[in-house]
Amino acid sequence: MALFSVRDLNVSFTTQDGMIDAVKGVSFDIEAGDCLGIVGESGSGKSQTFMAAMGLMPKNGLATGSVQLMGREMLNVSIPELNSLRGRDISMIFQDPLTALTPHLKIVNQMEEVLRSHQGLSGRDAEKVALGWLDKVQIPEAKRRLDQYPHELSGGMRQRVMIAMAMLCNPKVLIADEPTTALDVTVQAEILDLMVGLQKEEGTAIALITHDMGVVARMCRDVHVMRHGEFVESGSVDEIFSAPKKDYTKSLLTAMPRLDSDDAPHAVAADAETLLSVDDVMVHFPIKQDRGLFSGTVLLKAVNGVSFDLRAGETLGVVGESGCGKSTLARAVLQLIPPTAGAVTWLGQDLVGLTSHALKSRRKDLQIVFQDPLASLDPRMTISASIAEPLRTFRPELTLAERKIEVAEMMERVGLDARMVNRYPHELSGGQNQRVGIARAMINRPKLVICDEAVSALDVSIQAQILRLLKGLQYDFGMAMIFISHDLSVVRAVSNRIMVLYLGRVVEMADRDVLYDEPRHPYTRSLISAVPIPDPHLERTRQRLRIPGELPSPLDPKAALRFIPSRLTSDLAYQPSLKEVSSGHFVEEHDPLETLLDRPA
Amino acid sequence: MLGYSIRRLLAAIPTLLLLIAASFVLIQVAPGGPFTSERPLPPQVLANIEARYGLDQPMWKQFWDYLYNIVFHFDFGPSFKFKDRDVNDIIAQGFPISLTYGFLSFLAATSVGVTLGVAAAIRHNTWIDYFAVSLGIAAQALPNFIMGPILILVFTLYLGWLPGGGWNGGAWPYLIMPVIALSTSYMGSIARITRSSMLEVLNSNYIRTARAKGIPERQIIWKHAMKPTLLPVVSYLGPVFVYVLTGSVFVDIYFSTGGLGQAYVGSALSRDYSVLLGVTILYGGLTVLVNLITDLAYAWFDPKIRY
Repeated sequence: MALFSVRDLNVSFTTQDGMIDAVKGVSFDIEAGDCLGIVGESGSGKSQTFMAAMGLMPKNGLATGSVQLMGREMLNVSIPELNSLRGRDISMIFQDPLTALTPHLKIVNQMEEVLRSHQGLSGRDAEKVALGWLDKVQIPEAKRRLDQYPHELSGGMRQRVMIAMAMLCNPKVLIADEPTTALDVTVQAEILDLMVGLQKEEGTAIALITHDMGVVARMCRDVHVMRHGEFVESGSVDEIFSAPKKDYTKSLLTAMPRLDSDDAPHAVAADAETLLSVDDVMVHFPIKQDRGLFSGTVLLKAVNGVSFDLRAGETLGVVGESGCGKSTLARAVLQLIPPTAGAVTWLGQDLVGLTSHALKSRRKDLQIVFQDPLASLDPRMTISASIAEPLRTFRPELTLAERKIEVAEMMERVGLDARMVNRYPHELSGGQNQRVGIARAMINRPKLVICDEAVSALDVSIQAQILRLLKGLQYDFGMAMIFISHDLSVVRAVSNRIMVLYLGRVVEMADRDVLYDEPRHPYTRSLISAVPIPDPHLERTRQRLRIPGELPSPLDPKAALRFIPSRLTSDLAYQPSLKEVSSGHFVEEHDPLETLLDRPA
Repeated sequence: MLGYSIRRLLAAIPTLLLLIAASFVLIQVAPGGPFTSERPLPPQVLANIEARYGLDQPMWKQFWDYLYNIVFHFDFGPSFKFKDRDVNDIIAQGFPISLTYGFLSFLAATSVGVTLGVAAAIRHNTWIDYFAVSLGIAAQALPNFIMGPILILVFTLYLGWLPGGGWNGGAWPYLIMPVIALSTSYMGSIARITRSSMLEVLNSNYIRTARAKGIPERQIIWKHAMKPTLLPVVSYLGPVFVYVLTGSVFVDIYFSTGGLGQAYVGSALSRDYSVLLGVTILYGGLTVLVNLITDLAYAWFDPKIRY
């Protein structure tokens, strides 16, 4: 008999619009020591399957069927009975480790209560076990972490704490619900490595819920593809990835941009004029720090000397991990945040220091698409009003009828149904709202569009559609794009040239193929090697490049010298310089990779 | 945190100065004065009286003398209405009374309100919830000037259980009705805020994590949900604390408690400049202090807040 077995599980929710069936008759088994992947897009019911099993459904949820752990029924049993299983024999980790940990309790308290409830351990004994697990999940300075609060830890450390907490009682099954989705690629890779280690060393079976085919390829043996509450296709990863039978599985696999695919963006014309030139731009924020009676400030150098040129029709990709300053850079280029220093030259004229009136006339050609499409649209304006707004500002001579025609044409161009004109953002899906955001940005045919994580919040299939749309629009209108993303595969799919940012500085910049084929800087190399590729064979043989240590705090003066530690002893103010190693390929000065790898974390 | 507290208290000085200056000017420009009456005094008599209280001086001089006496002698001046008492006496007499029933009202409103709110949220959409919500709305809808007469009618006139007024050194039968009258509407608001806050917290991700850890529900409520639930309640409690502490004119009138509220309103009506100003400064100082305590309390409720 299987360790964990789900039979004919149905989950439905009573809502104002009637009953909604989230999971429709799902059955599967997990064997001891196995790693099972459940893949699907948002709303497929993949999380709800396990929420129901763990008794974590909202009150309007109803589950039928059977969920058994080691032969014991878990579904719809009393809370005390369920509590004798969950946390002890089966435990769960969640997507966002910041909100998933209680903010006002120290790590040690949150871990201790598990041991007290399930094993009667408390005080010193519990602390010892907790510390042991923090060590096992490789948290640096584990002992200090015990007395810290979740917000004092980095995202990666928080997820390690979550895992340590889930493993405290050596559970038979660990359910991981999108455990790495909110994390940076390098951190994701380390968390995944950690989970593989636990599976091997502790024999814990893992149920991995994810939308990311690359993660599945790296982690799982068997996989179920889920859609609309049902399994579309099930099998071993090798079968599913090499010979998918169902169209939906195929579309999921093809939708995902891959590091090893050969989809090239449109080439830039050789005689294209330089539109934008950014010269040594800096954005520094004063951060308040309490020092006794009077508070002082320290400078957070969010963007610290970035330069680049952009030609008409060109796409510049900007990649980097959270906190590297990529969004701040975008806002500084558009003068949404005034740069502390440097010049932003647009069509031969410096934008820095222009009056807001002078800037406004240039904004017609400078547009931006934001990450969260719902939050960046005015909830009280219909989508057609949002799309028409730039027309009213920049082409006031248009009559109402002309404006309507323009909006209708634009909506059709971005793939929005004409019947949606009077809808509000909350009535549309994430993908549709992002089309509205793009239509709004494009309606005046701008010369430059900045896409700031424009597809990051979308499902892979929607993401692929939006990327195709952006490329098509660029081909038609010939605008330049700055494409900002933390996702290296996505950036690779659209960009001609790519810039890698690390703590406000460019560490490497090169043409797309050069950057991915011959990365020079250790940071770029570790980033690229951390990206999972949706191909199980490749994933098993790929060597990851791990640079010791976590992404340091940008306030740490040593942070900027992470890749050139030989300067740490002599001159903390040293600024590594950018060198052109071959035509158009810039690499920041760094110590040889071998020395970096030998350094202790 | 000590540094922060000191900075905040230093910052309170200009606030209070501004408050005093504004009140001082506003009182002076209001029509009438402390010695205006239906039958006007002979001009010579009026001039003599005004000279005695310094009212014949230019306004800046009056203001300066007033501040000087407060800062160096802690003297808020004589009352213009009561010949034999000064402002310090009036506050010393009324404030302890207001403080007693005000503080008890605060405790009652907070403890009952929070209990009701938590019970309603834990038993969401059950009869307990409906009962608590109705009780809260009813309590909130009953202002103390309605509660006062109703309480006296029922408990003094019909049932004869409680004395209808007086203070009697704060003996408990004399406290019950003032406390109930003053606390009910705050209790209703606190119950409502607590309930909605607790409902939101119970829906949060970390409560889901706590449940997945298999720890008992009671512990989840107490250890994980209580502090974040009370955070919005605390920001409401700050102003409530000042309101109830400084007494209520209605409670003072209905129950003849002799608290500061009555003296405050009385002084405003009779243009008793110094009493009015003295009580205003007291209230202002209390507000500044309570706001500081509220802000410091945040840090205990939420470790992300550090001063």
